[in-house]
Amino acid sequence: MQLGTVQVSVQWEVRKKQTPLLSVLTLIGALGIGFLWVGFVFVFLGVDPVFALQKIFIGSFGSLYGWKESLTKGIPLFLISSGLCVAYQAKFWNIGAESQLLMGAVCSTWFGLQFGASLSPILGIPLMFFVGFLGGALWGVIPAILKVRFGMNEVISTLMMNYVAAEFVSYLIVGPWKGSTKYGYPYTDDLPKHLLLGTIPGTRIHYVTLVLGIVISMALFILLYRTKFGYEVRVVGESPEAAKYAGIDFFRTSLWIMIISGGVAGMAGVGEVAGIHHHLSYPGNISAGYGFTAIITAWLGKLNPLGSLLSGLFFAGILVGGDAIQISLRLPAATVHIFNGILLFVLLIGNFFLNYRPVVQIRRR
Amino acid sequence: MVGLVASTLHRTIMAGTSLLLGTTGEILTERSGILNLGVEGMMNLGAVAGFIVTVRTGNVLWGIFAALLAGGTAAVFHGILTVYAKANQTVSGLALSMLGVGLAGVLGKPYIGHQLPVRLEQVELPLLSRIPFLGELIFHQDPLFYTGVVLAFGTWFFLRYTRSGIRIRSVGENPKASESQGVPVQRIRFLCTVGGGAFAGLAGAHVALSYSTSWTEGIVAGRGWIVVGLTIFSLWNPLRGMLGAFLFGGIFVTQYILQPIGVPPNLLAMLPYVATLLVLLMDGLRKDQRSLHAPAALGEPYSR
Repeated sequence: MQLGTVQVSVQWEVRKKQTPLLSVLTLIGALGIGFLWVGFVFVFLGVDPVFALQKIFIGSFGSLYGWKESLTKGIPLFLISSGLCVAYQAKFWNIGAESQLLMGAVCSTWFGLQFGASLSPILGIPLMFFVGFLGGALWGVIPAILKVRFGMNEVISTLMMNYVAAEFVSYLIVGPWKGSTKYGYPYTDDLPKHLLLGTIPGTRIHYVTLVLGIVISMALFILLYRTKFGYEVRVVGESPEAAKYAGIDFFRTSLWIMIISGGVAGMAGVGEVAGIHHHLSYPGNISAGYGFTAIITAWLGKLNPLGSLLSGLFFAGILVGGDAIQISLRLPAATVHIFNGILLFVLLIGNFFLNYRPVVQIRRR
Repeated sequence: MVGLVASTLHRTIMAGTSLLLGTTGEILTERSGILNLGVEGMMNLGAVAGFIVTVRTGNVLWGIFAALLAGGTAAVFHGILTVYAKANQTVSGLALSMLGVGLAGVLGKPYIGHQLPVRLEQVELPLLSRIPFLGELIFHQDPLFYTGVVLAFGTWFFLRYTRSGIRIRSVGENPKASESQGVPVQRIRFLCTVGGGAFAGLAGAHVALSYSTSWTEGIVAGRGWIVVGLTIFSLWNPLRGMLGAFLFGGIFVTQYILQPIGVPPNLLAMLPYVATLLVLLMDGLRKDQRSLHAPAALGEPYSR
């Protein structure tokens, strides 16, 4: 760039180290710019951006009701995004949490309706979570096998399986599993009453799943940063070549990664069915985009399961606030995808500034 | 009977056209070494821009132009982030897909159920359309189909036989060596990304202006992701991409053929996605060939 007789050139240099302060600052900067963009989108849609953003935050963290709902929506995000942290640290791009959640919901519904009546809650509820875990894990392991054995890109396979699972759930609820007590609505019958998850009085927070989510996040943190397996996961992510020379079994590691990542998403599905809906219904109601939002919360939490607890709560708030403005401003449900896309973009831009620093040179002619 | 076969095949070609356009674009992008997973988003944006502009202006050509522009502009974001800011291509593409699907959903909401005032009419090519059977099938289609075929052949020729095409491929194979030969790696990658995005915009336009003529939510329905799958299936060769696109067009049409037989519609709706998995699986069984064709530097950011 030339300004009169002065020539200004900017070079980008790789930063040798990233201080925590810089990380926090870029994060705040990125989110700030992100919300600015979201504001522009609101202007574009003919909505007063200040009013809309205010509504979002009052609707989420500005009221007791908002907090209750944010925690409720946070539950699946905690579970899914801490699982995705494990997958993404190995650079296994699991985009299929949406359907892993659904398969967990399907399997636990089947189990609850089939065997629930004769089981006590003490036995039945843990078993339901276990079956849900298995459902998600099995659905998640398929792309891992396809990737390692057949070289199939996991982004595509997990996405295709999202569509397949959604159609499968729709098929079940309008077809063979349609409830006899539901007056023709496309739902399954309700799970037996004693298997429904208890909620904190006055809220929809199903506390069993909430505790599970927090405990699993902590466990996955320890797994990632304090165990040999976690070390292997990170080596696979940083350099598959190095992993090979270090004698890390790529196949085995990938399978475990997806068992964990898919399994916890399946548990989130159990929570949604047994804690919120009490039956299986339209896939869009059950998974509700959690699988996609969790991609961003995992990313925002720096792929650290504990960080994803914080970012999960934050994004749950945005979801709740998003619901609030959808109703009061009559915006369609897809609005949330716009937020997600924009925030993911600015986080990537923030990453660039974290990794590179500008070196400005001014030369006189 | 002949009539039924002909109309089925005709519909197959219509269903495959958007896949053809999208796949050709993604091949161009990936050949330069950039993976763009935002095809679903770019197709959504192309579809919504094309639809709205056509409704507003009453002219399909303006709609197509808007779609082209929308797809290209969306790809600019991906290009800046992945080429210049060296961001993770997978994540950036996902962000683009989310953004595109979201924007199309929001912008298209007021138009749900609206009919197009004019649709993209089918054009009979003179003389050629009089060839028995084939004429009706291939030379009696909408202009975007002809565009798609020309672009596919053109891209194939361009990548294979022209100087610029060879440069693009070299950038996708070995950016460092190309740079040392004086090839502007980043500019080429950026342009290929934007070009591929424009193709994806056209693909979206075909979905909204020809294949369907009224707006429904989720109109693109995962075709963008199928395109990403087809690009791998094509072994990054536009002619093989054409084959794949029409094969999948057939699978879309099969849904409507099997429905009256009594197969549940939800199970039929799985077909294209299951087929994508199967096709990639079969591809994976021949590993040696794959490794010969995938651009070696695909997905890796390049810095000097």
